[in-house]
Amino acid sequence: MNPVNYLYLSALLFTIGGVGVLIRRNAIVVFMCVELMLNACNLAFVTFSRMHGNLDGQIFAFFTMMVAAAEVVIGLAIIVSVFRARRSASVDDASLLKL
Amino acid sequence: MENLIGLLVLVPLLGAAVLLCGGRRLDRIGPWLGTLLAAASFVIGVVLFAGLLGRSADDRTLRVTVFQWVPVGGFRADIGFQLDQLSMTFVLLITGVGSLIHLYSIGYMAHDARPRRFFGYLNLFLAAMLLLVTANNYLLLYAGWEGVGLASYLLIGFWQHKPSAATAAKKAFLVNRVGDMGLSIAIMLLFTTFGTFAFQPVLAGADRTGEGRLTAIALLLLLAACGKSAQVPLQSWLGDAMEGPTPVSALIHAATMVTAGVYLITRSGPLFEGAPDAQLAVVTVGAVTLLFGAIVGCAKDDIKKALAGSTMSQIGYMVLAAGLGPIGYVFGIMHLVTHGFFKAGLFLGAGSVMHGMNDEVDMRRYGGLRKYMPVTFITFGLGYLAIIGFPGLSGFFSKDKIIEAAFAKGGTEGWILGGAALLGAAITAYYMTRVMLLTFFGEERWRKPPSPQEPSAEPAAHTGELPHPHESPKVMTIPMVVLALGSVLAGGLFSVNDAFVKWLEPVTGHSEGHSPVSAAAVTGATLAVLVLGVALAWAQYGRAPVPVVPPRGSVLTRLARRDLGQDDFNHVVLVRGGGQLTRGLVEIDHKLVDGLVHGTAVSVGGLSGLLRRLQNGYARSYAVSMFGGAAVLIAATLLMRAV
Amino acid sequence: MSTASSLTSTGEAVQFWVLAVVATGGALATVLMRRAVHSALSLAGTMIVLAVFYLANGAYFLGIAQIVVYTGAVMMLFLFVVMLVGVTAADSLRETIRGQRLLAGLCGLGFAVLLFAGIGNAALHHFNGLGQANSGGNVEGLAALIFTRYVFAFEITGALLITAAVGAMVLTHRERTEPAPTQRRLSEERVRKGEHITPLPAPGTYARHNAVDVPALLPDGTPAELSVSPTLRARGQVRDVSEKALEDLAALEQGSRKYLARGNGERQKGAGR
Repeated sequence: MNPVNYLYLSALLFTIGGVGVLIRRNAIVVFMCVELMLNACNLAFVTFSRMHGNLDGQIFAFFTMMVAAAEVVIGLAIIVSVFRARRSASVDDASLLKL
Repeated sequence: MENLIGLLVLVPLLGAAVLLCGGRRLDRIGPWLGTLLAAASFVIGVVLFAGLLGRSADDRTLRVTVFQWVPVGGFRADIGFQLDQLSMTFVLLITGVGSLIHLYSIGYMAHDARPRRFFGYLNLFLAAMLLLVTANNYLLLYAGWEGVGLASYLLIGFWQHKPSAATAAKKAFLVNRVGDMGLSIAIMLLFTTFGTFAFQPVLAGADRTGEGRLTAIALLLLLAACGKSAQVPLQSWLGDAMEGPTPVSALIHAATMVTAGVYLITRSGPLFEGAPDAQLAVVTVGAVTLLFGAIVGCAKDDIKKALAGSTMSQIGYMVLAAGLGPIGYVFGIMHLVTHGFFKAGLFLGAGSVMHGMNDEVDMRRYGGLRKYMPVTFITFGLGYLAIIGFPGLSGFFSKDKIIEAAFAKGGTEGWILGGAALLGAAITAYYMTRVMLLTFFGEERWRKPPSPQEPSAEPAAHTGELPHPHESPKVMTIPMVVLALGSVLAGGLFSVNDAFVKWLEPVTGHSEGHSPVSAAAVTGATLAVLVLGVALAWAQYGRAPVPVVPPRGSVLTRLARRDLGQDDFNHVVLVRGGGQLTRGLVEIDHKLVDGLVHGTAVSVGGLSGLLRRLQNGYARSYAVSMFGGAAVLIAATLLMRAV
Repeated sequence: MSTASSLTSTGEAVQFWVLAVVATGGALATVLMRRAVHSALSLAGTMIVLAVFYLANGAYFLGIAQIVVYTGAVMMLFLFVVMLVGVTAADSLRETIRGQRLLAGLCGLGFAVLLFAGIGNAALHHFNGLGQANSGGNVEGLAALIFTRYVFAFEITGALLITAAVGAMVLTHRERTEPAPTQRRLSEERVRKGEHITPLPAPGTYARHNAVDVPALLPDGTPAELSVSPTLRARGQVRDVSEKALEDLAALEQGSRKYLARGNGERQKGAGR
């Protein structure tokens, strides 16, 4: 097996995550799909790292993980405060671009 | 001395400002203050006149630039004055007659509720008129031109509680606008042609300019003159303007303002001389109007309207003279001055008669008044003799010269114009004799009680008991006497040694035409038609009793009573035609212009509505766009690599 | 392992094909499950599989970090928020924006096809392997890079994390707009509202169980709704107190009477003794 298959898998997961972002209304699930896309990217980075024989790809994946963690913290905090204000976590309810 | 010219305008302007803004405090002294200021400007005029007389004939032009009014690049319009013999003549006429009429008004308007305002308007008129005649450029002239229009409007509608007066004021203003439009366009053309507004360079450059352009300018100036001077075809406002107080009719609508057109044509003489077609138009307008006004004057029973017709006719003479070029200018202006005296005198006389007759204006309800109003009778009679051209009185000298000049035009034109002027003289004699006979001679028709079923033009005048004719107070008779003296003497004085011709010659130029008929023959013919007209009128109104109710009359009489159909013509052609045109334009506006505008708006709106769907506010929709955009970017990258 | 090769070991291939199916299934389940909590669990599964892939690719540190940080911390944070927002709330899967599904599907399909084409076109048939890079140990290798070449990025990321923590606190902090209600005020409000002033009846009274999900019975034998937590009632987890239960109760009462009688007898016996 060629490791390029990891890349195909990564592309597949990324696309599934993207479509999930587009079709789900629950903000938390949308957020999970974003995480899925990030993870797909990480898999690609790790695979590239192996292909090129150096660790820079892994460093990238590492930073992605850290930024993703920060993003999760802020994103979930936003979701919670929006939920508090509107009793709803649906992204469609915030269609007036204001609370 | 030059600075006095500015003061000339400033004094009445100051009076107007003080009187109009001063409030009720000035109600009592207002009339006297206004009269005093008018007299002051007359004194200034006399001083200036004396100063001019002290100079040599070629050096009698004073010029002064007070300040630069509109200095914009190459465009320059100054507040500047120019006082030459022509302007001086007007200044003396305006301030002299104006002062007398101010004095007269003190008596005439004594019982009016708002004399202060009246005198304020009169002073405003004086200021504007003086500005008009002393301006050294067309733009400032235009300012004066509009100023007198405004004053005329305000004074015609002075009794604005009468709907007829308010309507007459509006009519005068509107008709004048047509002429003013001509003047404004003419001034623009002048500027594009000569690059300046000042009289001196414009008139000096006239002979170097193309005839077509000069004709256009001259015709537009003629249009302006027609509007202001009530010449055919813009004559319809003058008759209605008699709704104003009689002193106004005397000052503005007889002696001064209506002659502004003659001033404009004379002042712009070189422009007209370069455009023979325009000159032909001017003499045509003059000849037509002098007959038109005279015919209308024959049929009117309203004393002021009869005099208004006469005014129109006499200004027709002046315009005719002005159109004749250098052979006529001087006589036109001379007639203007003598007319200023005798017509103002006649109007004041008419006002005096009305004053004593409970404001009755219908001449068929006068009669035999000479016994009751001797001063009025004598002054009015002298004015009458002057206007019909009785030998030795002023009208004789001026009108006779115009008729001579008309013949001197030469050729068929000369015969036609001379004939028209001669015919006009006959009609003048007829209608003025009619006025005289109806008013001062014959049985005392005012003693008959008016029958109730009789349709009356002025219902308010008939409500009181029978009138008690009486002479007017001194403050009114003195101006009449002075004007009568002017009517008698002016012509003679002007003609002694050709004084007036020599006085004006440096400005207007003068040339003796070669008349196909001798001067004596013309004078003889004039006197003959004069006698004819008087005799005819006497046969009709002196010998036979005059019915109080006007007879039906001939077709011409009825037509003349309707002002020869001027209002009907205006109504059919202008009002109705304009209405149709406007409706058509509205239709076009609605269908085409609005259609285009609305169509654009609707299609933009529709497109926006479609585009708006993209902006539905749903984050997920925007995410789809982003995702699709990313896909497109990848596709582009791949394509680039493939290529 | 220093030379480039184009094939991995068969074991890794088997592992890939098995786990790739699991990962794809997890991802699909994340997108398609109606309840957020199920989505979260599916995603956790996918992430664990990804961790295994990292390990297989020689990224040992990342593999462990993936399990600890992502599956352990981030996903639990997700679950926590899901619980906070309402674990039972299921998404209606009916689409409300017209054409959104179709567009999303088309975009996704196009995107996937293009990505696959891109990867297929790329010259990726050989790979170097991490043998050399990992020779000093994967963690040591990463550390050497992070603290040398990427040290600024690392520090900035640390600042970012702290900022994020502060931000989360700021976002979720609620400013009190009025003084906290005193006990006195609360009790007055309660009386004024006419709510239950006395403590609610405890569950399980006269019931077979004294468990929280069994309502108490009133003296006439009907269940007292107030004795059970409204949450349980809303979830439908209240145990039925039907005729059967009443019969059981009757039997129980019978038994107890017998027991009491027996007890009495014994006592009498004892007293008799």
